[in-house]
Amino acid sequence: MISHLWINNEETAAVILFGIGFTMLLFQKNLLKKLIGMNIMDTGTFLFLASMGYIEGRKAPIVTDGVLERTAYINPVPAGLVLTGIVVSVSVTAIMLSLTVRLYKRYHTLDLDVMYERSGHTAEDR
Amino acid sequence: MDFIRNFPLFTIVLSLFSGVLCYMLKPKAARIYTLFYEGFLIVLIGCVLFYVIETGQPFTYVMGEFPAPWGNEIRAGILEAMIALTFLVVEISSISAGYRFLKTDMDESKLNLYFTLVNLMTAALMALVWTNDLFTGYVFLEILTLTSCGVLIVREIGRTTLAAVRYMILNLLGSGLFLLGVVLLYNITGHLLMVPMKETIAELASDPAALQVIGVAVGILTIGLSIKSGLFPFHFWMPDTYGWATPTSAALLSSLVSKAYIFLLFKTYYRAIGIQVLEKLPIHNVLLVLGVLGMVVGSMQAIHTNNLNHMVAYSSAAQIGYIYMGIGLGGMAGYTAAMFHVMAHAITKSQLFLTTPRLAEVAGGNLRFQDLQGSGLKTRVAGAYFTIGALSMIGIPIFAGFSSKLQFALAAVSQSSDKKIILVMLALAVSSMLNALYFVMTIIRIYTPDGRTGRDVMVHHHANYHLPMLVLTLANLLLGLKSDLIIDLIRRGLEMF
Amino acid sequence: MKKVFDRFYNLIAVICCLLLIGVLLYAVSLLPSYGEENPRSVEVVERYVEHGLEETGATNIVAGMILDYRAFDTLGESHVLFTALICVIILLGKDKKNMRREYDSYYTVEAESYHLLQTDTIVRLVGYVLLPGLFLFGIYILLNGQLSPGGGFSGGAIMGAALIIFAVAFGFETVDRVFTEKLLKTVTFVALSFYSFAKGYVFFTGANGIDNHIPKGVPGAILSGGLILPLDIAVGFVVACTMFGFYSLFRRGSIGHDITFMDQQ
Repeated sequence: MISHLWINNEETAAVILFGIGFTMLLFQKNLLKKLIGMNIMDTGTFLFLASMGYIEGRKAPIVTDGVLERTAYINPVPAGLVLTGIVVSVSVTAIMLSLTVRLYKRYHTLDLDVMYERSGHTAEDR
Repeated sequence: MDFIRNFPLFTIVLSLFSGVLCYMLKPKAARIYTLFYEGFLIVLIGCVLFYVIETGQPFTYVMGEFPAPWGNEIRAGILEAMIALTFLVVEISSISAGYRFLKTDMDESKLNLYFTLVNLMTAALMALVWTNDLFTGYVFLEILTLTSCGVLIVREIGRTTLAAVRYMILNLLGSGLFLLGVVLLYNITGHLLMVPMKETIAELASDPAALQVIGVAVGILTIGLSIKSGLFPFHFWMPDTYGWATPTSAALLSSLVSKAYIFLLFKTYYRAIGIQVLEKLPIHNVLLVLGVLGMVVGSMQAIHTNNLNHMVAYSSAAQIGYIYMGIGLGGMAGYTAAMFHVMAHAITKSQLFLTTPRLAEVAGGNLRFQDLQGSGLKTRVAGAYFTIGALSMIGIPIFAGFSSKLQFALAAVSQSSDKKIILVMLALAVSSMLNALYFVMTIIRIYTPDGRTGRDVMVHHHANYHLPMLVLTLANLLLGLKSDLIIDLIRRGLEMF
Repeated sequence: MKKVFDRFYNLIAVICCLLLIGVLLYAVSLLPSYGEENPRSVEVVERYVEHGLEETGATNIVAGMILDYRAFDTLGESHVLFTALICVIILLGKDKKNMRREYDSYYTVEAESYHLLQTDTIVRLVGYVLLPGLFLFGIYILLNGQLSPGGGFSGGAIMGAALIIFAVAFGFETVDRVFTEKLLKTVTFVALSFYSFAKGYVFFTGANGIDNHIPKGVPGAILSGGLILPLDIAVGFVVACTMFGFYSLFRRGSIGHDITFMDQQ
């Protein structure tokens, strides 16, 4: 098992990144750190996809010299999936950042627990 | 090829276009356009439903010139069309009935953006219902996540934003896990479309190593989607999210968005993994146990809370538990019950969430139980609609809730193992009793005169409230009285699923 | 109770992290080896690579794949960013309601003046040097999506970055002369509805077996790849506008110069 993990070292790194990002997103109390965790998680997934599509000794899937054999190119599907994933990640980051801006203006803190504490004491929120 | 076969495509592409169009329109025009457009969609999907019932065959629709396994595909059968129709009926009713609160919760200049989001949400819901491709599922799942966050944050008070950020974080965890699950499945099968993926997985399942990878992939995919739909240990976001949202959004989120995630999960199980392979994994039992726990714990928490909206939200957690219990029971009977409850709960819960703010309105804008005393007398219409919804939730005959509980019981009895029968029956009994307890208590509370005010606070309700609530009530009664017809259709839909 | 929980919070986090990583590592150890081709993916990839050029007209196989074979996913993806823009406008766009509620000096003129970089000579000079190249680079990448790595999203992101640098170096007033909210609305509407209807037309004709009459062009030339080039341009403009819209909303709470709001102040 361990030896195969070494062969799959890129995937291994990717899932470790995913796990770290996931835990950060779930357990960090600071909103900005949560956001960083989310980006690490997404990056882990993209690395996983990229390493999945890679095939030793082959080129990127762009036809430049008329070669049209499958054996000349790496798998193009994961690349397409990564492209879609990146767009989604950018959009989500924008929304999360704007939520953070609003909450910071409202509660003057980035800590979620403190926000909950403060939200119970203001008249408007009750 | 019959022209009707194009309709599922139209529902998605036109909804995307409508979203962009509403961004250009003035708020009032956007609202009227959206209502008419959704009505048009209901007609389209009604045609699709009749078409598939008539032909008795599902159809796949190739998106572009390239067939599976190269190009995207969508697919329509009886079950998909029924779910889509339910979603749209609930959606149009929620938009119409909750508009008054939307106007006060949101600045008028931004109202058209709300309808933009609603239209994009429609597109995502339709795409998730029709899709035949896991990655399309992921993309539209993300649109659904973003739009559901968007309809939540329109109410610009601190608590809603706080609820939105938590909802968003949990949804992101869910999407991340779902994407990783899809990627793992792609890695071992080499396909993203459901049909070839299922074939490959059936081949692979004899290999124990591959089966374990499939198990991990299915596991994280299930965790991801159950976080998003609010299955038992992950249901803690529900009261804040539904309780602080504007009524329309609460109805949309609780009855459509969470159901769409469940339907996608079910579709993945049924069409991308295959039930035979799934039975080699312990996933059914896990879902059964979590569902049962959700039913009981959700109801207990509903009793303990002191806020009407939170109570309805916790009852939502319990009802999601019912659906997962049905999926966990497995077999034709279990799946039928689960799908029936998806529809029954969508209709009933939206009715409750659209009524509670009206009850609160006559109680000085407060949702605490002690303030709600007598509110059913001050606004008899809202009180009546709330009572209908509550009775359906408890499971009184002639309403939809009764039929679905009956179906769950039948599904349980058809099980082979005695332990499962006892567990499910016990859970049904306990959960129904708790349900009855808190809903009956609420009904009594709202009909007890509080002695302070007379009839002078009568509230006038417009037709755009009456009409959608009547539609929802009629749909509720239809599911309750004609349940054998609906069940038969669901069963036929599952056979061709 | 809460204090005990807080003490163990980090421990729980670490355990969760290790558990998740452990399960995933176990799955990875059973996956096909890195750098080798998975024989099960051959069937799909073969068609994309060997027939992609003649069926889509794009020498960039990935572009051909995402904009022709799997175009439905990409249609959804192009609307994700639009959805995000709407959400950010709802959250950060100034309106009467949230201005009454936000009682801090975030948007006031005083706070704004600290961030005015356009008075800085170095920033302006760098702007003069960088901007023409950036815009050209963005357009180049946008137009070559079907031939080389790039396409609508990456080209649009570069153009959006250029617009942001423009606003930083020369001030919002300069950008506002050209870039108004109305422009953003129009561009988004035209580009996205073109995208939806063009792709809807292709899906419709493809599924019904009708010839769609879209010329594929000569592979390798700029005008090739059928719909890929127009779609890339549409997406590129949307992305550029959206990126600048994000920046503008974060900086001052509106896209373009907000006349109505200024009058009320």
